[in-house]
Amino acid sequence: MVSSTLHIANQQIEEALWSVTDPEIPVLSIMDMGVVREVTQDGEAVLISITPTYSGCPAMDTIADDIKKALKERGYQSKVKLILAPAWTTDWITERGRKKLQEYGIAPPMDEASDKAALLDGERMIKCTHCGSTSTRMISQFGSTACKALFQCNECDEPFDYFKCLK
Amino acid sequence: MDQSRYEYLLLLGDNSMILGHRLSELCGHGPSLETDIALTNISLDLFGQVRSYFQYAAELKGDAATEDSIAFTRFDRDYRNAILVEQPNEDFAHVIVRQFLFDSFHLPLLEQLVNSRDETIAAIAAKSIKESRYHLRFSSEWVKRLGDGTEESHQRTQAALDHLYPYLHEVYNESPIEKEMKKAGIGADLATVEAISRNTIEDVLTESTLMLPKIEPRMVRGKQGIHSEHMGFILSDLQYMQRAYPNMQW
Repeated sequence: MVSSTLHIANQQIEEALWSVTDPEIPVLSIMDMGVVREVTQDGEAVLISITPTYSGCPAMDTIADDIKKALKERGYQSKVKLILAPAWTTDWITERGRKKLQEYGIAPPMDEASDKAALLDGERMIKCTHCGSTSTRMISQFGSTACKALFQCNECDEPFDYFKCLK
Repeated sequence: MDQSRYEYLLLLGDNSMILGHRLSELCGHGPSLETDIALTNISLDLFGQVRSYFQYAAELKGDAATEDSIAFTRFDRDYRNAILVEQPNEDFAHVIVRQFLFDSFHLPLLEQLVNSRDETIAAIAAKSIKESRYHLRFSSEWVKRLGDGTEESHQRTQAALDHLYPYLHEVYNESPIEKEMKKAGIGADLATVEAISRNTIEDVLTESTLMLPKIEPRMVRGKQGIHSEHMGFILSDLQYMQRAYPNMQW
């Protein structure tokens, strides 16, 4: 069963994982990203399974190192395993995570149908992260990283990133 | 070791790696900032897929093989990529047409591999397919824009198509390994992939006002390790670090 919320019995481990952020989106915990898939504990050894957002995501190695560091600070030895299935989807980003993205200046992913309409048919529906207007247009399907598209607002003229829907 | 499965992983990985390398050559040289970033992002996706294939291949191979040793220390004859992805960047039209032809094939290939009996291959395909949908969207949109654009963009895109299309035949043409893997329920059925790919190409070309070249397919055998003259130059670049500093790590 795949769910976006993961229940971790040990509070210290949970805290440690919440403290690790995506190096490219520093306001967002990897827990809010839905990147952590499984946590198992055997005494002081912890096994964390994480899944990449995109295959070539260069942040994965850093995330794995940061997890190990955060757990070590709390006295745990850990191993981080990279799993591919089931493949990550933007549906796993939590509500809190979406809010944080918006505040940080990245428009959070819309549902699949709206995403298509915005990226392919040029429909004006992605909300500008600066002024809130939905009169926006796509500049490029690929933004500063593979997971984002570049948009520009027609009202305030400012550019912003949109986190593409990945299903 | 499961030799056929290993070879099949090379076949899948090498196409993405060599195309990814060609795209990486454009880093900082794209015709505009947006297309530069888009093409290098596609390159990054492809390299990510390659890492998954080669990590698995290294596991199968044993003998201290790693993803790096597989990627960087083979001889040209041991690479299994199709000749299409070796073709040089030439101009933006060539870059886009090469990408479009490959994407039209890659997406239905992954659609098949999602159902592979090999769980790891199925998982890699399920992950990659989401990315490849974006790639095909990007390249199709650009083929339409260039084909139905100015007189010059139309001419250049048609010229790129005339040059590259004859190489496409090879990717559909079943090699012995692909046949064996299809029979084992691990590999894709290339006849199905070809039908879907040809449909996509026809639809996009019609909208782009471009003509499907009436040129005989080239009988090339990159998948069997017989590469074009471009391959040596690609490998000298790609393998430089590992050859100069064996076993170096980032």
